[in-house]
Amino acid sequence: MKAVVNRIIPFSSVDGPGNRTAVFLQGCDIDCKYCHNPETRKLCVQCGVCVRNCPVGALSFDGDGKVCFAPERCIRCDSCIHVCPYDSSPRTCEMTPEEVYARVKKQIPYIRGLSVSGGECMLWPEFLTELFRLARKDGLGTLIDSNGMIPFWEYPELMDVSDGVMLDIKAFDDEDYERVTGASNQIVLDNAVYLAKTSKLYEVRAVIVPDLYDGEKSVRGMGDFLAPYLSIHDIRVKIIAYRPMGVRERYSHYQVPEPVYLKQLADILREKGFKNIAIL
Amino acid sequence: MRDISMERVNATRERILNIIKSPTLTHEQKLTNLANQADSLMEVLDLPDGLDELLNAPIDRKCICDLNEGHAPVRPRYIVPDYAKFMKEGSEFLQLAPPTDLYEALNSLLIFYKHVPSVTNYPVYVGQLDELLEPFIDTVDEAQARKMLKLFMTHMDRTVLDSFSHGNIGPRPTKAGRLLLEVEKELENAIPNITLKYEEGITTDEFALEAIDCALHSAKPSFANHQMFRSELGEGYAIASCYNGLLVGGGSYTLCRLILGNIAKRAKNIQDFRERELPYVLDVMARYMDARIRFEVEESGFFENHFLVKEGFIHRDRFSAMYGLVGLADCVNILLEKEGRSDRFGHDEAANELGVEIMEIIREFNDHHVNPYCEGTGGHFLLHAQVGLSDDEDVTPGTRIPIGEEPEELVDHLNVLSKFHRYFVSGTGDIFPIDVTVHRNPEYVLDIIKGSFKMNLRYLSFYSSDSDVIRITGYLVKRSEMEKLEKGQAVLQNTTELGLGAVRGGHILERKVR
Repeated sequence: MKAVVNRIIPFSSVDGPGNRTAVFLQGCDIDCKYCHNPETRKLCVQCGVCVRNCPVGALSFDGDGKVCFAPERCIRCDSCIHVCPYDSSPRTCEMTPEEVYARVKKQIPYIRGLSVSGGECMLWPEFLTELFRLARKDGLGTLIDSNGMIPFWEYPELMDVSDGVMLDIKAFDDEDYERVTGASNQIVLDNAVYLAKTSKLYEVRAVIVPDLYDGEKSVRGMGDFLAPYLSIHDIRVKIIAYRPMGVRERYSHYQVPEPVYLKQLADILREKGFKNIAIL
Repeated sequence: MRDISMERVNATRERILNIIKSPTLTHEQKLTNLANQADSLMEVLDLPDGLDELLNAPIDRKCICDLNEGHAPVRPRYIVPDYAKFMKEGSEFLQLAPPTDLYEALNSLLIFYKHVPSVTNYPVYVGQLDELLEPFIDTVDEAQARKMLKLFMTHMDRTVLDSFSHGNIGPRPTKAGRLLLEVEKELENAIPNITLKYEEGITTDEFALEAIDCALHSAKPSFANHQMFRSELGEGYAIASCYNGLLVGGGSYTLCRLILGNIAKRAKNIQDFRERELPYVLDVMARYMDARIRFEVEESGFFENHFLVKEGFIHRDRFSAMYGLVGLADCVNILLEKEGRSDRFGHDEAANELGVEIMEIIREFNDHHVNPYCEGTGGHFLLHAQVGLSDDEDVTPGTRIPIGEEPEELVDHLNVLSKFHRYFVSGTGDIFPIDVTVHRNPEYVLDIIKGSFKMNLRYLSFYSSDSDVIRITGYLVKRSEMEKLEKGQAVLQNTTELGLGAVRGGHILERKVR
């Protein structure tokens, strides 16, 4: 069993509580306009545009016509991901859960856990289950970072070995959600309820893009929707300002929201009983 | 006392005149420098053969450095008074009764600080502040206590004019400790340095997180591995000056350092270094320290006459000496180059292992060298990873990985350090500037501290990469004060000048941000 891994960050301070190793899997099932790491969206089709554009010859074709990456030559100029016509990256690799876990384990005892993100990591549920089993054996925490398009209740074994989910709710209103992602949020909200009821909803978040949808209306909707579950388990909320860094050129013109606006959104949630709110 | 030449006298007189006329030195700084010049004319120590060549050489060949302690030590280098005894009994010499409330406690401490000598003429240790003040903290209401602590810490910052001054807090959480952290976070002062003695299980996460929050605003406290220090020195230890573990009620007679890179330059190859050059220099430096200690104990009269000794605030047999070193990284890299290899310290296993091998030779030497006046530490000196001087050139502090060559990933950096911190009972430490996003996640730093101490790291410091107060090598300086000095204005604290030197020569502002 293998998954395509985009990146492993040994120490991360922004992917859940404390210090964690963050694993990013390749491929996503929706298309957020503001996606800030679009190179994680699709699997490589071996077209070779990146091979021709690499200034240091770190990319080549192997005998089977597959793109090969030589990390020791890479200067991290990111030319490959900028020229990729398919929102992918040649710097990914297929790894088994055991191989990924060997890279995670190196950080013990400095980390308290492991977070898996993407792309969309729930596209690899069996892989995740196995990886988390290995991590749990060593006492590491296990968090999933997901867009919630895949029903969690269909993967009880994975839920058994996960501490929780950081769920990207994005826009609350279905029409707004579709404008942002090209998809419907019905399953996302069903997931939110399922996770909240089973004490697995560690965090929800929304990227605020005033040009794309009404942030205040959305945050109010999300707050009313989730507040009833706060008595079961605390839910942390992350309000994230849209920033153009890494965003595809055609979507990089949106306005960055003002800090004072984000603070107002946090205050709305505070009034509804949310205590753990972070603005990024 | 041996004679000296008239040329040397006249050269000294020239330096004295320059000090008197200096536009940037404050009056206090002039007095200190004048005293050092007077002392430099003395020749009273029984110096070991071979020392002159190793000590009085140009900076690129000097193998032993005595850190400007002077030729006739008038007091031990570092003094760590038993402030708890003072709080309990007061002092006859200072005509102070034991304090009965927070007003008297703070006032008494501020008076006492003005009478604690050291190599800098300022106290290098200002006490286990939380435990000293906790019995008095409820003698006033909390707002009043906060205001008084703020004045107390400000008074210290403006009168103890040297960042080689250290207060301790922890390991257990106290109200006084918490208030001190709150106040320091707000003041963002450079002085004093503060260390939290941290031990998982004794220090609560809540208290540790408050300390981290403070550190990311004011570059302090640093974090000491309490479990490690107490297993070596017992509960009665303190962190003084930069990060030096010493016995409370004692201190360190002297600190000399080996400049390992320059010793490596003398060697033909690794074998020659291991078997001939290093053992030779180790022996000369130890005998030089013995001579300094002998003068302090047997001739200077300090231990017979000073009120700190007479009233039992310090005890001669609680003193030890710090056997220091710098440039392990330089040494390893030079030796490997001599063998035609390109392995680098901090990156390649073979280089790191050579570093460990060298440390083992030094540890073994120290374990066999006996000084009769170091009873408190088993008759041996304590190893110390010295942080460098402002005029060092191409010298990497202690066993650190050179700035600019830090491993890409922090985990790899920490794993290298874990091989070396264990050797240095009288102090070593590493410093990490942290990206501001961490302000929102102090638990990230706490996890790193917990893991590091499990891996036998001894001492860690963090500061926010955009903070005004920054840690230079082992001491704190304000960027804004260095800017003033750079423009030719006089500044209050002596260490600002050292900081500026280190920024220019030591690339302090180019540390890898984590």
